[in-house]
This record gives sequence, structure tokens and C-alpha cells, in this order.
Amino acid sequence: MLRLPPFTYYAPARIEDAVKILADYGPDAMVVAGGTDLYPNMKRRQFEPKIIVGLRQIRELHRINGDAKTGVTIGACVTLAEVSQHPAILASYRGLARAAGLVANPQIRHMGTLGGNLCVDTRCNYYDQTLFWRQALGYCLKKDGAICPVAPGSQRCWAVTSTDTAPVIIALRATLRLVSPRGERLVAASDFYRDDGIHYLNKEADEILTEILLPPIDGLKTTYWKLRRRGSFDFPVLGVAVALAQEGERCRDVRIVTGGVNSRPMEMTEAERILIGERITPDLIERVAQAVYRPVKALDNTDFVPLYRKKMAPVFVKRALRELLGWPIQETPDGHTSAAG
Amino acid sequence: MDKQLITLRVNGEVHELAIPVHKTLLEVLREDLHLTGTKHGCELGECGTCTVLVDGQPVLSCLALAVEWQHRDIVTVEGLADGPRPHPLQQAFAELGAAQCGYCIPGTLLTAKALLDHNPRPTRQEIKEALSGNLCRCTGYIKIIEAVERAAQRMAAQTAFAESAAR
Ligand SMILES: Cc1cc2nc3c(=O)[nH]c(=O)nc-3n(C[C@H](O)[C@H](O)[C@H](O)COP(=O)(O)OP(=O)(O)OC[C@H]3O[C@@H](n4cnc5c(N)ncnc54)[C@H](O)[C@@H]3O)c2cc1C
Ligand code: SF4
Ligand code: FES
Ligand code: FES
Repeated sequence: MLRLPPFTYYAPARIEDAVKILADYGPDAMVVAGGTDLYPNMKRRQFEPKIIVGLRQIRELHRINGDAKTGVTIGACVTLAEVSQHPAILASYRGLARAAGLVANPQIRHMGTLGGNLCVDTRCNYYDQTLFWRQALGYCLKKDGAICPVAPGSQRCWAVTSTDTAPVIIALRATLRLVSPRGERLVAASDFYRDDGIHYLNKEADEILTEILLPPIDGLKTTYWKLRRRGSFDFPVLGVAVALAQEGERCRDVRIVTGGVNSRPMEMTEAERILIGERITPDLIERVAQAVYRPVKALDNTDFVPLYRKKMAPVFVKRALRELLGWPIQETPDGHTSAAG
Repeated sequence: MDKQLITLRVNGEVHELAIPVHKTLLEVLREDLHLTGTKHGCELGECGTCTVLVDGQPVLSCLALAVEWQHRDIVTVEGLADGPRPHPLQQAFAELGAAQCGYCIPGTLLTAKALLDHNPRPTRQEIKEALSGNLCRCTGYIKIIEAVERAAQRMAAQTAFAESAAR
């Protein structure tokens, strides 16, 4: 059996109590929500916290409130299955429902939470391995080692952002509520991430993500496209979230955010600028799509050859935009050719 | 090592156990309750063979901490048959040869049960999606899907019969 390392477990019923435990134990403690990311990582000894603070018992973290007009607030412990099926999210924040529904597989979506998904560890073929494997290789920068075998000359870690929901959350311009012993702060979802495989979140160890605040939908339509080898189980090796608002034939607003490449979800600002305010035509969409090619960085540390993932980014942007415009597309958003053709 | 007294409700039976808190539900089911019908495969969430039902929903017992799932309704493959009578799913799997080596089958049966309990007449696509978290290295899935369809038909017929008898 591949077993968890021993730890002490707390299951506080209130956010204040959880915060207090984190304050008392400092860096020895970690929070857990669904455990579908943390527990496999602990079994591989990527993390060995002495204290685990389970958030599942905290009632208020399981709530969903609001509607498309006022905005929707989602508690951090709402499961991905609930996010993907919630009527208000399905109706108005469709890209989010779809991204949540494409995570892993049905079992993991019943256990995994939206908060955990937004905080999910970055991934790399050299890191997501058992202790035995990593020891044989001599470890790497992200855990216990001195070099990065993916980019040996580099001083940084290039592990890949692998959350399906973060690109959509950023495209929606959502805000995150964080609570810590120092009080509470709100952070824009796009400021929550850092382009660094090790320190990938702008979050202190004692900060708990409590709520995800989606703004009023304000005419935006959203979608999410995911590239992976199998139609289930696999993490994204490219994800594309697009939010689009039209005014007649013109684009009033657009956000294009990638995931599964680079170490953080990336907003494709250059591509967005080409489209905003313009009359939308197939030629223009082609130019928008090409503008995402350069900023996308794919290295040889996840599934599929990096160049293929990079080349698929413009293809997915084009398909996502066509889908939102109601133009014909031949593929389904999880990257497979649709049966309907 | 921290031991904790926990209460687990498995297949309708309540168990009180003193276990180390870092034990997974999979480990407790197999090693403490000796319910070895729940299989261990990857132990990392990557295969689905350890699936059990918690309050009617399929979850992976290898990623579930036993202390976190106390006082919930847990069903393992041992709880599927009705006394000596196999569950219609078990019957259909046996008839159609949907189990080969059988290793994935406990998890597959439970996931299929959750599907049929929530959706008695699933389409083939819905069956595929529901079972997409249960890997099988033997069958190629076709017979598994056919067995779920057969069980669904029989269970629907039984329900219809029971309803007309009650009228
Ligand atoms: C086989 C497999 C396939 C997977 N496929 C995908 C996939 O396709 N796409 C994808 O996005 N993910 C995937 N995952 C990863 C994971 O299952 C999901 O990201 C899930 O949503 C994580 O949520 P959780 O609640 O289980 O997180 P946990 O494991 O509980 O936590 C994850 C991390 O976030 C921290 N954390 C959790 N909640 C909070 C909070 N409220 N405040 C502060 N920190 C918090 C934890 O300390 C931990 O570091 C997969 C996992 C497995 C095992
Ligand atoms: S990118 Fe390099 S340092 Fe980062 S996890 Fe992979 S091998 Fe380790
Ligand atoms: S043993 Fe749990 S998913 Fe493989
Ligand atoms: S029957 Fe052998 S793995 Fe499914």
C-alpha cells in the first residue's frame, strides 16, 4: 500500500477556529478540502505536513448564493460536481460549469472542491512521481533538489498550472476572499497566480480561501476548451477560457485566458486588444488566434509534445470564439471530433 | 502516532474503531473491517477500482480519510446483494461476461448502481460518462456497458411490475 505519512488532524466547524489552528502551528500545518490533490501528493511525499486542518465541516464554505444579475458567490468547499450542475451557474456562467465538469472524472468531482481546484499544485513529469522515483533521479528544485532537469540552466521551476477552473474564473474577473490570522482580504483572481512553478500562488500558508465572487454576468458569454489525451482522468495540458460580450456585430469586451501551459493561467492581452471594439469577422478571429501563439510557453514536462500544445492554443482560441458566436465548429470542447460532425 | 475513535456506517452496520488518523477509508475497510471486496489499485486516484458509495455518490476510498467520512452512509460491494440474491447489476455482469479478471468490477458495479439509482433509464452516452472514472484493462468496456443496460431494463421492469401490483 502507498500510505499517507502520519499527521495530526483537526476538523474545525468555523472559519475562525481553522484560522486559529493555522496561526498556532505556522508552516507545519496545511489545509485540506476534498483531498484529491493533497493526499496523492502526500502519498508521494511531495508534502509532509505535521498538522492537517480539514475544511469540510465548515458549513458556510458549502454555500452558493446570488444570481446572474447580482453576481454569484460560491463557497470554497462547494464540490466540482455541484458547480457543474448548479442551475444559476449552468444558465449564466456556462464556461465555469463546463470547466468544473471536465475535471478528472465523476468520482473526483464529487470529492474535489472549487477552492481546492483553484489552489491545486502545479504539475511536472519529474515531480509527480513517488519518493522512490524522485530519489533515484536525484530530486529537483521544486522538492528537495538543486536543479531543474526540464531546463537545467534555469534558476526557476517550470511546473505547469493544471487547474481547469482558474482560466474561467480569471476570464470572469472574479474576486477571491482570503481569511487569515491578520484578517480578511479580497484579491482579483488574476492576481492570485504567479508565474513560478514553486511559489505559484500569491497566498500565505495561513490564508484560507473562503469564497469565490463572480461579478454580474453583464452580457458575457463564456466557454472553456480542454486538451488532454483521454476524455477522462487527465489534467489539462492546454485549457482555453474565453468570455465574450457583443454589441451588434462588434465585440464589446473579450477575455482570453490559457491554462495547462506556463506556470500560471495567462491572460492573452495582445489577442484581446485586437478584438475589442472591432466588427467580428472570420479574418479578424484568425488574427486574434495567431496572437496567442507567442506568449504560450510549453515545455517537455507534461503529456504531449510541447510544440503540439503550443500550436493547439490558437486552434482552441478560434474554436472557442466560433462557439460563442454561434458559428459552425466541428469539434467538441474536450478536444475530440464531435460525432455530429 | 495519533489514534482516534471513529464511527463508520458501512453497509448499514455501525462500527466503532480506534485507528491512526492518517489511514484512508480504503485501508480501514480492507485492514480493519476486513471488507476486502473493495480493491486497491493505483492508490492515487488514477484508476477507480477503490470506488465506494457515500450517501449514494461514488467516491474514491484511496483518497478519502476515514475520519472525514464518519456518520455517512457507506456502501461497499459487499453491501450490494440482497442476502443470497445478487443485485441485478451483478446478475447481468455474470450473464454477459462483463467481468474478466474482475479487479475493476467492485468499483464499476457501485458506480453503475449510483447511476441507476439517480437515472433509471440512462442512455449509452450517460452510462459511458458515469463510468468514465472506472478503468478496466480487460473487457474493452463494451460488455460492461451492455450489462448496465440489461440491468437497467430489468430494474425498470421490476419497478413497473411492483407499481402495477400495488395498484
Ligand atoms: C487522477 C486525478 C486527475 C485529476 N484531474 C484533474 C483535472 O483534470 N483538472 C484539474 O483541475 N484537477 C485535476 N485533479 C486535481 C484535483 O482533483 C482537483 O484539482 C480538485 O478540484 C482539487 O480540489 P480538492 O478540494 O480535492 O483539493 P485539496 O486536495 O483538498 O487541496 C488542494 C490544495 O489546495 C489547498 N486548499 C484547498 N482548499 C483550500 C482553501 N479553501 N483555502 C486555501 N487552500 C486550500 C490545499 O492545501 C492543497 O494544497 C486530478 C486529480 C487526480 C487524482
Ligand atoms: S519544472 Fe523542473 S524544478 Fe519544476 S517540478 Fe519540473 S523538474 Fe522540478
Ligand atoms: S486505488 Fe483508488 S483510484 Fe486507484
Ligand atoms: S475485468 Fe479486469 S480490469 Fe476490468
